[in-house]
Amino acid sequence: MLLTLTADAPDAATPASDLGHLLHKHPDRVQTFDAGVGTAHVLYPRADAERCTVALLVEVDPVGLVRDRAGRGDGPLAAYVNDVPYASASVLAVALRRVFGTAMTGRCDRRPELASRALPLEVHVPAVAVRGDVALVAELFAPLGWDVAATPLPLDPRVPAWGDSRYVDLRLRGTLRLADALSHLYVLLPALDGEKHYWVGEDEVDKLLRAGEAWLADHPRRDVVVDRYLRRSRPLAASALERLAEVEHVPADALDDAVAARPEDVDDTSAATSATTGTPTGTPADTDADAVADDGPRTPALARLRVEAVHAALRAAGARTVVDLGCGEGVLLRELLADASFDRLLGVDVSHRALQVAARRLRLDRLPERQRARVDLAQSALTYLDDRLVGFDAAVLMEVVEHVDPPRLPALEQAVLGHARPGALVVTTPNVEHNARYGLDAGHLRHHDHRFEWTRAQFRDWARAAAAAHGYDVTFGGVGDEDPDVGPPTQLAVLTRR
Amino acid sequence: MSDDPTSQAATPEAFALLHHLVGVRLRAGLLTVVDATNVQPDARRQLVAVAREHDVLPVAIVLDVPEDVAQARNAARPDRGFGTHVVRRQAQQLRRSVRGLAREGFRTVHVLDGVAAVEAAEVVRVPLRNDLRGVTGPFDVVGDVHGCRAELETLLGRLGYVLVRDAEGRPVDATHPEGRRAVFVGDLVDRGPDSPGVLRLVMGMVEAGHALCVSGNHEAKLVRALAGRQVSTSHGLAETLAQLAAEPPEFRERVRAFCDRLVAHYVLDEGRLVVAHAGLKEAYHGRASGRVRSFALFGDTTGETDEYGLPVRLPWAEDYRGSATVLYGHTPTPALTWVNDTLCLDTGCVFGGRLSALRYPEREAVQVTAERVWCDPVRPFPRAEPTDGAPVVVGRSGAPGGGPDGDVVRGAPDRLRLDDVAGRRVVETRLMGRVSLRPEDAVGALEVMSRFALDPRVLLHLPPTMSPCATAREGDLLEHPREAFAQYAHDGVADVVCEEKHMGSRAVVLVCRDATVAAARFALPAGATGAVWTRTGRAFWQDAARTQALVDTVASAVAAAGAWDDLLADGDDAWLLLDCELLPWSAKAGELLRTQYAAVGAAARAVLPAAVDALAAAGDRGLDVSELLTRTRRRADDAERFTAAYRRYVWDVDGLDGVRLAPFQVLAAGSRTFTDRDHLWHLGVADRLVAADASGVLLGTRRLVVRTGDPASVAEGTAWWQALTDDGGEGMVVKPLANLVRGPRGLVQPGVKVRGREYLRIVYGPEYTSHLPRLRQRSLGRKRSLALREYALGVEALERYVAGAPLWRVHEAVFGVLALESAPVDPRL
Repeated sequence: MLLTLTADAPDAATPASDLGHLLHKHPDRVQTFDAGVGTAHVLYPRADAERCTVALLVEVDPVGLVRDRAGRGDGPLAAYVNDVPYASASVLAVALRRVFGTAMTGRCDRRPELASRALPLEVHVPAVAVRGDVALVAELFAPLGWDVAATPLPLDPRVPAWGDSRYVDLRLRGTLRLADALSHLYVLLPALDGEKHYWVGEDEVDKLLRAGEAWLADHPRRDVVVDRYLRRSRPLAASALERLAEVEHVPADALDDAVAARPEDVDDTSAATSATTGTPTGTPADTDADAVADDGPRTPALARLRVEAVHAALRAAGARTVVDLGCGEGVLLRELLADASFDRLLGVDVSHRALQVAARRLRLDRLPERQRARVDLAQSALTYLDDRLVGFDAAVLMEVVEHVDPPRLPALEQAVLGHARPGALVVTTPNVEHNARYGLDAGHLRHHDHRFEWTRAQFRDWARAAAAAHGYDVTFGGVGDEDPDVGPPTQLAVLTRR
Repeated sequence: MSDDPTSQAATPEAFALLHHLVGVRLRAGLLTVVDATNVQPDARRQLVAVAREHDVLPVAIVLDVPEDVAQARNAARPDRGFGTHVVRRQAQQLRRSVRGLAREGFRTVHVLDGVAAVEAAEVVRVPLRNDLRGVTGPFDVVGDVHGCRAELETLLGRLGYVLVRDAEGRPVDATHPEGRRAVFVGDLVDRGPDSPGVLRLVMGMVEAGHALCVSGNHEAKLVRALAGRQVSTSHGLAETLAQLAAEPPEFRERVRAFCDRLVAHYVLDEGRLVVAHAGLKEAYHGRASGRVRSFALFGDTTGETDEYGLPVRLPWAEDYRGSATVLYGHTPTPALTWVNDTLCLDTGCVFGGRLSALRYPEREAVQVTAERVWCDPVRPFPRAEPTDGAPVVVGRSGAPGGGPDGDVVRGAPDRLRLDDVAGRRVVETRLMGRVSLRPEDAVGALEVMSRFALDPRVLLHLPPTMSPCATAREGDLLEHPREAFAQYAHDGVADVVCEEKHMGSRAVVLVCRDATVAAARFALPAGATGAVWTRTGRAFWQDAARTQALVDTVASAVAAAGAWDDLLADGDDAWLLLDCELLPWSAKAGELLRTQYAAVGAAARAVLPAAVDALAAAGDRGLDVSELLTRTRRRADDAERFTAAYRRYVWDVDGLDGVRLAPFQVLAAGSRTFTDRDHLWHLGVADRLVAADASGVLLGTRRLVVRTGDPASVAEGTAWWQALTDDGGEGMVVKPLANLVRGPRGLVQPGVKVRGREYLRIVYGPEYTSHLPRLRQRSLGRKRSLALREYALGVEALERYVAGAPLWRVHEAVFGVLALESAPVDPRL
């Protein structure tokens, strides 16, 4: 990666090349420093009276990055084909501090007056990773006195259909103290990247935030900056699902999405296989909280109402033992566990990761023995017959059926109604007619993994046929505000064994 | 169990452990001897209970030696500190116990009276009466006859038996010129017109050794009636008793004795065949107990009755996972259908259906249609059309039947159980024996299989991973063809074929010739005659119309090339499974290309030229940057090469426009697999399809045969690869020409890939060529082992499928490939 910083002579008496004094680096020398995961070179392409440009070139050993396991954040296949050697803001920030640490403090014993003076500066970083809207670049730098030019780089000029990459060519112009300029870059470049950090040590984040103390407090987008630093990295070890995604040549998180919503999802989703919702506060460590926090409207009320509706339906059915089929992160189980009228609760999900989150949220390892004996979690898949699901008073399919490919629905019906045969089955699923109220176009589903969403008539047809085929009676209801034209946002059915 | 060997406190736990161990052995079907004093009734009661729980017969061997002998032996043992009164008490307990042992539940009691008797005794194991594992057939297994003597005579004739008649012309035996033996599944009697005639014939055959017969529930009831017990004479018993009343008393007594001796099930042919009247679950095979007999006679009844007053039975066959074929009757069904390697042969002859027999081991059915409706069924039963006696192909579970009258239908949807795939599993393969699957690998595979993969009835196969050749030790390449040739030479493979490796995505393509086969055999939806899936079993495209267009393209080429006739055997359903590469890579991996490859290229191409400019300017100022400048220029060039490398695999597609499909192997068709055909045959089929393809979608695969022991040929192969990769190709795959090969060290790798220098930038990063020494340190052992195991499982799935194995047996092998794929291994290999 590369960063150049150019200073023009502030007045006729001060040669531009005095920049070397402020940086504590002699303009006529080429110097090399250890910059953690890379090697930093400092050199001056130009150093004369009018103009002085310093270049910070950081070379990252891509093989060492993988083999030393210094890097974090990418699935293994991506490890070598990695933008870190070219655009990692965190590596560049570490190099800035190591190489220009003194300059960043504003200390210059030889030219103290110059250090405290605002200079006409120009910064160029040819590739800066920006997560999210490019406008953020100006939002972060402009309030600090910079003229900002952030030009998105095309992904591939020969494949124009691909559009722009997440990188911008960044040029900043402004008259600022050098120390401030360096500190701005040090703090804000990694914040723009936001996603992948290659820190040398855990204390690096503290150093960064301390460096910005002076000006960050009054920065209008302070919260965004801090939030992006506190985002946790994903674990380095690839999950089995990520490995299978690699086999498919699809992005590593394409399959392992059971506990992470995507920006395009309407945040109506609930438990089932996508249960990040229903928790208005709190960020589970391994969920992609930003996707929820940054984008789209939140309607936690609906997820909450749905849990309450299912809870009420289970009580009405007189169920004492309940199996939650597709329990996701355990939102419903937590609700039921708090109700002493349920003796035995089993949550099953096909996602191992969702079950891990559920176990943590239910605090399974800390529950008192008697509470613990009431609840269990297990991996299961509803297209296979599972004897562990047999013998419950009631079963719940809360926001699950729409995640099953329609041709596999008969297998699910066979497994649940034919084999597990609960006394009652509570089913909820989105009402697609209501999508218009979310501003969704026809054909656009609420969640990226929904294989379908049913109208009220379609849901009733399905539920009636399944109930009849397996000896159940069925009643219908809804969750959420009943719209006179399009019905409630969530539809509900209770099937009762004859 | 206790640190004090004389402690009595541990005794209850010690016995609990003993009973657990005994249970484990009995579950596994092992002879289990409990050598303990066993003189207390309670100790014996518990052992008898364990035996009953596992449906085995307990035998008591009593070693009754004089008390002074026991005292002397005890005194000689240094570790026994207890007094003589203990031994005396035990001797008394033993004497009191002996007489009651049979009453306690021991089926046989052997009392060895005295030291001499003990020393002279020899233990000889007597097989159970149901254990006929040594009788290997061939058999003709006949369904429920119910007094239909005329149809039975016709059926035996069609099966090739010659009837033997008595002086009055009544059949009393039947012999088969090839020595075949008939096996009757019971219910010879009741409802029909001539139960005595059927009994006379079958009793004669059994007594002459020409037939075996298990008891049906009707024989069991007849025995009780003939013994004078009070039984209800409904369900046709009254007719039988009336018919028997016309027979002499000796005949009735012979019938009573015959029926009384019938066992409830037989285990035949080395354990590969089980015959029981109402079927038998695996845990009961070769076992003996009241509940085993009850299951065999009546099925897995719930105690409830249905709307017709008939007992409700649980569908044990749908959950059957045993290795033995189970043949049975009892429940009349209009058509013969295999369900998990079990087959019900009761086709309701007495109700106007048919009398059926199955030739075993041929598994070919022969039927005779009832001459009339002999008895009106309680539950409606369809009247069968006459048959001509030609063999009937029995429907397989998950597969349609092909009977002459369309009388064989597909069973209920196959039910897969979670324990067919989850947890620690071992899959038996023909190629590699037992392949173990770790529970943690099944966890990820289960999620992908159930959330994303196609219906298991379609998903017959997943392709295995492939190892690269050994890493080149020197030079400017990481992978060099000579390593592949050397490896095969080392494995004893003289001839290999080099196949051009198309850089696309692996696609398995299923094509059926018509919609009937597609629907009946693969449960494909209306309008679909095939499927296309990826290495993890997902539909290649979600768009059904596009998938069908590709399937139609292949189907047209197969038809135009006349390839169906070569690939199918007589009577096969017309379907075909092809192993292919689908291009361009961007069609499947577009998202990865954009977000990963193109992005890295964009960043590199922005930064490195700017760095070159900065360094050049610094150099112009006289600074010493030459080394850095040279290196950065090379990196900038590498960034361009990297971009060029992935760009070759990117082009626009619209529908099928731009899509290319390169078939390179015929995986299976009809009733066959083709691992025994050499790769030139496979490529020859592909060539014919490409030539016959009018659409331009199908793409040929260039190839070259190399003799691994011939340096000139190896050089030619190397040059061929060089030209291929210089031209932008990904590389090649080297395979044993003969296809599936076993070498001196076992199964040989079915193929290794040799990837080109530029292509590997996509794998090892834009600048990997500057880091070769470290990148050579890669270990292939795990990858090779995985490749072999996945290959064995993939072939196993196909072989099981074409042999008509039940769905769960096919699916466990397919699932195994996915489970192994989720195991951690360097993904760059």
